[in-house]
Amino acid sequence: MLLAVRGLTARYGPVVAVRDVDLRVGEGEIVALLGANGAGKTTTLMSIVGLHRARSGSIELDGREIGHLPAEKVVRQGVSLAPEGRRIFSGLTVAENLRIGAAAAGRDGRDDGRRERLLELFPVLRERLRLPAASLSGGEQQQLAIARALMSGPKLLLLDEPTLGLAPKLVRLVFELIVRLRDEEGVTILLVEQNVHQALACCDRAYLMRVGSVETEGTPEELVRDRRVQAAYLGVPS
Amino acid sequence: MTFHEFVQQCINGLSLGSTYALLALGLAVLFSIMGLINFAHGELLTIGGYVMWTTLHHDTSWWLVVPATLLATTLAAVAMERIAFRPLRGASIETLLVTSFALAFFIQTALQIGVSAEPEPIAHTGWSSRGYSVGAYTIGLIQIVTTAVTFAVLVLLTFFLKRTLLGVSIRAAAEDFAVVRLMGVPAGRVVVSAFALSGLLAGIASLLFFASAGSVSPTSGTPPVVAAFIAVVLGGLGNLTGAVVGGYVLGFADQILAAVHSNTILQFHDAVVLAILIGILLLRPQGLVGRREGIV
Repeated sequence: MLLAVRGLTARYGPVVAVRDVDLRVGEGEIVALLGANGAGKTTTLMSIVGLHRARSGSIELDGREIGHLPAEKVVRQGVSLAPEGRRIFSGLTVAENLRIGAAAAGRDGRDDGRRERLLELFPVLRERLRLPAASLSGGEQQQLAIARALMSGPKLLLLDEPTLGLAPKLVRLVFELIVRLRDEEGVTILLVEQNVHQALACCDRAYLMRVGSVETEGTPEELVRDRRVQAAYLGVPS
Repeated sequence: MTFHEFVQQCINGLSLGSTYALLALGLAVLFSIMGLINFAHGELLTIGGYVMWTTLHHDTSWWLVVPATLLATTLAAVAMERIAFRPLRGASIETLLVTSFALAFFIQTALQIGVSAEPEPIAHTGWSSRGYSVGAYTIGLIQIVTTAVTFAVLVLLTFFLKRTLLGVSIRAAAEDFAVVRLMGVPAGRVVVSAFALSGLLAGIASLLFFASAGSVSPTSGTPPVVAAFIAVVLGGLGNLTGAVVGGYVLGFADQILAAVHSNTILQFHDAVVLAILIGILLLRPQGLVGRREGIV
């Protein structure tokens, strides 16, 4: 297992947002984390990367505990997050955003092979390298957020709602990119999504979260047959 | 006011505005990253003044006075972060503000007890009082040096913030500190660098300010830093370009108002300056240079 989360419980003050969650992501997998708003998906990702500190349980990467590490060290272990809402640095240029993304790898990130490779995957960014990131469209900003997270060369990429607010055509583009990243770049991906249909179409396994706990897990085929999933997410009357 | 007077006041305003701009930049760097309004910034200026007093008193060469002063203010700023602000990481903006007040009073009182409450003379060196006549105008050498140094600092600072990874990280941290940490940039290093930068800028301002002020007292730093606060607010909180613009606008306004006022309203000088500030903020609440495009 590349990532093994055991018994993760996370709080905001007295409120328990995530309760006793177990998650596993194998190398080369695309794993989806599904569920409604407030199910605890984002908090789970924030806990894994070390930004949410009020939590207990164990988080292992390649068998090594990373749960005690601060965010700036977790990324150095090879876990990178493209956060919800993209959170690109809008006052910086596209090139500067990518440069910061390389900081964890200790590279300068201006003109190296990794950036070249990513610009081939995200050609729209190459044309906009010198422009402020604020001038990018929503879809371009999402691609920048993903490319920035990949600049450190992570083993595991966490994507938090990468298609939120995008037009259907761009949603398809992002899902295609996710599959290409795994197939061509060998990146393992843990994906938080509300587009349940498309997420199930591209992932190897999925977890369904409900009010802070994992309700069910399985392959897309298993989940599509699950009555709870059908009722809640696939519009099939129960 | 004659045209001649106006031009002369603009020349004066350029060098006064430069000092304000340097101080305002130091304040804006910290505010943009931490939301900290550092009232103890004035004490960095004062500390620089005391280092100049001590060293010049012993006839030290300017080649040593300059690095000694810059080193002292930079280290003092880093020490402020380490001792007073680091234990408060994550605290509210109000807590940080009150802490900076406490720090300012602590340093002022320490200087009163340790040195003296009275002003100490800073030896006038030959160059700082020299002046040149250009046509009908008088330009002090110190004014030329102040303006030139400030312009050079602005060029170097721009280079640092746009070209170096640390500089780009500081700009990014001003937008979203958490994501900068996600990218593997240590939070502590960004914060310490920002304090060191603000200390260095205060040191440069210190050298220029006290070379012409002639004396230093424990409260010397307060009036120029209050002016720098006004400059920061005028330009747009947390925006570095705004801080520089605000500094120069305030420098010019200060000098021109001082020349226009008759003696009876001269005592209301500060009130007039602040009324202009309120007027500008009513029209442009985000300051002269908004912060939508980031901090530079």
